Parts: sequence; C-alpha cells; structure tokens
Amino acid sequence: MRIIVCVKQVPNTDEVKIDPVKGTLIREGVPSILNPDDANALEAALKIKDEFGARVTVLSMGPKQAAFALKECLAMGADDALLLCDRAFAGGDTWATSNTLAAAIKALGGADLILAGSQAIDGDTAQVGPQIAAKLDIPQITFAIELQLKDSKISAKRQTQTGYELIEAPLPALLTATRDLNVPRHMNAALLINATETEVPVWGLKDINISEDETGLKASPTRVIKSFVPPLKAKGKIVSDISAVIKELKAKRLIGGVSS
Amino acid sequence: MVFTERHQLMRKLARGFAERELAPIAGLIDETGEFPQEVFDKMAKAGLFGLKAPQEFGGAGADTVSYVIVMEEITRVSATASLYISSPNSLSSAPLMLAGTLEQKKKFIPAAASGKIVICFALTEPDAGSDVGAIASTAVPDGDFFILNGRKTFITMAPFSDYAILFAKTDPKAGTRGITAFMLDMKLPGVSCGKPEKKMGLNGCATSDIVLENVRVPKDSILGRLNGGFSIAMKTLDIGRIGVASQGIGISQGALDEAVKYAKDRRQFGSPLAKHQSIAFELADMQTKLTAAKLMVYEAAQMMDRNENATAQAAMAKYFATEAAQQIVDRALQIFGGYGYMKDYPIERMYRDSRVFTIYEGTSQIQKIVISNMLLK
Repeated sequence: MRIIVCVKQVPNTDEVKIDPVKGTLIREGVPSILNPDDANALEAALKIKDEFGARVTVLSMGPKQAAFALKECLAMGADDALLLCDRAFAGGDTWATSNTLAAAIKALGGADLILAGSQAIDGDTAQVGPQIAAKLDIPQITFAIELQLKDSKISAKRQTQTGYELIEAPLPALLTATRDLNVPRHMNAALLINATETEVPVWGLKDINISEDETGLKASPTRVIKSFVPPLKAKGKIVSDISAVIKELKAKRLIGGVSS
Repeated sequence: MVFTERHQLMRKLARGFAERELAPIAGLIDETGEFPQEVFDKMAKAGLFGLKAPQEFGGAGADTVSYVIVMEEITRVSATASLYISSPNSLSSAPLMLAGTLEQKKKFIPAAASGKIVICFALTEPDAGSDVGAIASTAVPDGDFFILNGRKTFITMAPFSDYAILFAKTDPKAGTRGITAFMLDMKLPGVSCGKPEKKMGLNGCATSDIVLENVRVPKDSILGRLNGGFSIAMKTLDIGRIGVASQGIGISQGALDEAVKYAKDRRQFGSPLAKHQSIAFELADMQTKLTAAKLMVYEAAQMMDRNENATAQAAMAKYFATEAAQQIVDRALQIFGGYGYMKDYPIERMYRDSRVFTIYEGTSQIQKIVISNMLLK
C-alpha cells in the first residue's frame, strides 16, 4: 500500500503579526513549524503503516527550508520525502498549488491513499486537499475525526457544521485530517539521525509534467489583496460581578432559555 | 552557538516531548514521588534512552551535543525525568561500551536503550563517596563464582533496576588497583535494596541502598578485566559529567523562563516587576551567567564529539554550570518573593531539584581537583 501525505511548513501563527500598513504577514523571526493538521494526517498514515504495512511518502511544496519540516516527518516514521521547489511554483493560490501537488502525485505513480491536513494555519482555506482529489478524480473525505481502513475501502467519520457524517469510499481516495483525528507521535531519535543523514530530493517544474502556465502565480485565478486583523465590533463592558453577566446572557437568550 | 539541522531537530523533539508529556505532570511527579510508566514508555518509544548507543545496538547513535540538548530541554521542565534519560545514556551504558564483551553489549545495551531493562550504577558506599578507593564491598572467588558482600548507598534507580553495574574489591590490599566491576543481576539471592531515601528533590526517581549478603555471582558477569574496575568507574564519570552539566543549564533556563514571565506579570508599586531596574538587572545577570554556562557545556560536548580529551573542559563545565544553576534558581525564587517559597509555583521544586547537581557525579570540589590537576601537571 502506498500512502502520500501532503504537508506544509507554516509560520507559527501563535507568534505571527500582521503589518497594519502593508497588510501582509510579518514572517521575519517567526519560527516555522509543520502545519498541525498535517501532523495528524501523517499520524493517520503511520498508524495504517503500523497496522497493515505501507510505504508512507511525505510531499511538500515550498522553499528549500521546507525540507526541515519533511525531515521532521521522516523522524516521525515516514519512509521517504519529496520537496517541490521551483521558482515557477511560487506565489500560487490554492488552485495553482493543487495543480502542482496533483501533478507531483501523478509523477510519483499515484497512491492508494492520499492524506492531508484539513487546513493550514497560515491560509486557513481548507481548499488544497479537496482540489487535489478533484484533479486526480478520486473520492474525497474532508474534516475526518475518525478513520478506518477495511477491505480496500476507507470509512471515516467527518465533522460537519451540524453534526457528523459517516462516509465510506473505495481506494484510491483522499482524506483530510483534523486535529481531533489522533494525537501525532513524537519524533524518534534514531529515525531523526537517519533523516538528517540524507538530503530530501527536490523536484522542479520539469520533473512533474506540468507547464509554467498551470502553476505558481501565473495559474492563480485569485489574489490576496490585503490581510488584516478584524476590528473589534463592539467595545467590551466591565461588570462588577458574575450575576450581572448571567443576567445579561439570559436576557439575550444565550444561556438558560428555559428558566427565569 | 550555531546548531546543525540535526541538533535543531533534536531540540524540537526534546522540547516537544517535555512540553506535551512532562509539563502537565512535573509537579505531580514531585508531589507523589511516582513516575508514570506510560511516560517512561513514551520516552523509550521516542528513543531517548538509547540516544548515544550505536545503532547496531538498538540506539540512535547520536553525538554528545544531541545528548546535551535533550538533557537540557527535559531538565528545563522536569529534572526528575532527566534522570531516566541520563542513566541509560551515561552511567549504565558507558561501562558496557568501554569494557563490555560483544556478548555483554548485545545482551544489555539494546535492552536498556529500549527501556526493557533498567541498569543502575553502584559505586558509592556509606564510607566511600568522593574517595572511590575506600570502597569496602568485597568479591571473593569461589570456583566459577564470586561471593559478593557489602553495601552500596545513594544508588539512583536501585529499587526498580534489573541489573547493577557494581564495583567491589577483589584485592582489598591493592586500593584502587583492586576494584572489579560486575554486571549484577538484581534478582540473585542475597541482593536486597534499602528503603527509598527521603530526598530533598528529584522525587519520582527512587534512590536506595543495595545490600549484598553472600551473593553468588557467575564469573562471566565481570565487566572488563579483574581488578580493572577503578579505571572503568573513572572513565564513566568522566563521560557522565557532561550530563549533569546539561542538567545545570536546563534547570537554569527553566527558572529564568519562569522568572521572566513572573516579572512581566506581577505588579508592585504601580508597575510590573520587570520595570523595576533592580529586578531587570537581576535578570540580566542570570541570562549572562546562563549563556556563559551554555557555551562551556556545548564546547565540552563538541570536544567529546571530536574525540579530543575533554576531561578538564567537562569538569569546568560541570562545575560552572551547576554552581551557576544554584545562583540562577535562587535569584529566580527571590524574584517570586513569597510565592517562590510556596509549592504552587514550579520555582520551589526547581530550587530543591537543582541542589544536588553540585554534589552528585563528582562534587564541585572534586571537579576543582580534576581541573587543577590538569593545570598543574
């Protein structure tokens, strides 16, 4: 069984600030991390590997430094890693990014199961995973909180806005993981040493059978015009004791709708 | 200090482990004296017990700088937890790597690296601390066996160890030249442990006596050569020093982090403590001392990784980093004022935990003997 896990190196948004004038993220000095949901996707892949045996490949598109996040994945137990890095890929929106990733997955010979984090903490779009599935024309299950593999079918419980859905899909399929799916394992020291003894292979435009017009900024139908912290809608109110808060919340029917 | 990608990743592993697994329970471990088996198992799974063991013996084959980084990050959050890592990476594996037969290495090192067995290092006796030559435990030959008698004291992890690397006199008249190291099976008849000591700190990792009463040990449990134990003990302590030095910088970083956080939050006389210059300057002194200590510890570790003689450098690092820790943790507690004296804040635990760092694995005074001997030879 071949599993490909798509991961992204992101700035740790706990420490990121937005430049109020330029409307862009201030990335300088902010440590990069493996996107949290992607760690859950990798853990799901490694659990399947532990139970049934599988070859787990981690795939990322990003700058050269993103190899660090891939090595973290190798230290957790992934078998191999591939970084897509080319000037032509840069500046892509989700559409162009999923073009690139889908082309890379095809070039890798496809997979029985493709896993990805449901969303990245920097962009928060939750679009790349589903777009990859669409472009590969395979079933997708998004926002998974439980996952089971049986008789070459994947079944998952997915979170929706109103509750849960149980979905089954034949393989190959793509599934996006939420943080509730599992607890990612720690790296292992021996795997870490091995991971840092080899270079992560890097593929460019020529390696994945895609034209310059299908990737990067050129292929992006959307543009981010501005990033900003939304202004507070209303001023906070300071009250002297908790009963005043309860009274107000009840008046607005936000709590305890039956009594009072 | 510029760290390689490997060392950055190693720090990420250790910090992630410490913050996720140890931070929520470090206080509880101290309070109850219990270290959860589940966390021990997770440490094993992360490969932390076999950091330095070669990969052919089930370890990670990491270098000394990696070991220092892991010890530092773990001690920053839980000093007790760091003992579980230092033991299999240092005192209980170094003698095997230095003097063990291939068979002994194959039997014990992978098992210790994976957490399947625990090995303790039994050198100290009631009347032989720094003065190792004064040990009085005896091993008398009897056919294919040795008969062991005596008492070891302050042995870290003894009550739950499967084996002890135990030093006994095989030629009582020969002083340091009459000591032999044994791989002692703790289940043998005649081996017993004293009650766990009531310690000031590092609670949650039991320390006790080992009592030997006519213990029949097979001859093939000798480690190294007959009467060659003293040099094994000294070389092991030489290697082990860097681990305690790392505990020194780790706990200092932990205490400094707490002090900085508190100084920003706590308000007195209308402003945060950090805005009072006397407190800000105190923090500056702590940071400066800690940085100096870190450079010394990493320098010694790098020398060890280059296979240079690091005896004096490691002794200086241990001496300086652990004495600096006393000052840094003490000043952190002072910044906390009355709250620092209460068990509600981790500073009180760090203060107790750090105290032994200038004592065990060679007191500061022994380090000064090592340093001055190198200087005056």
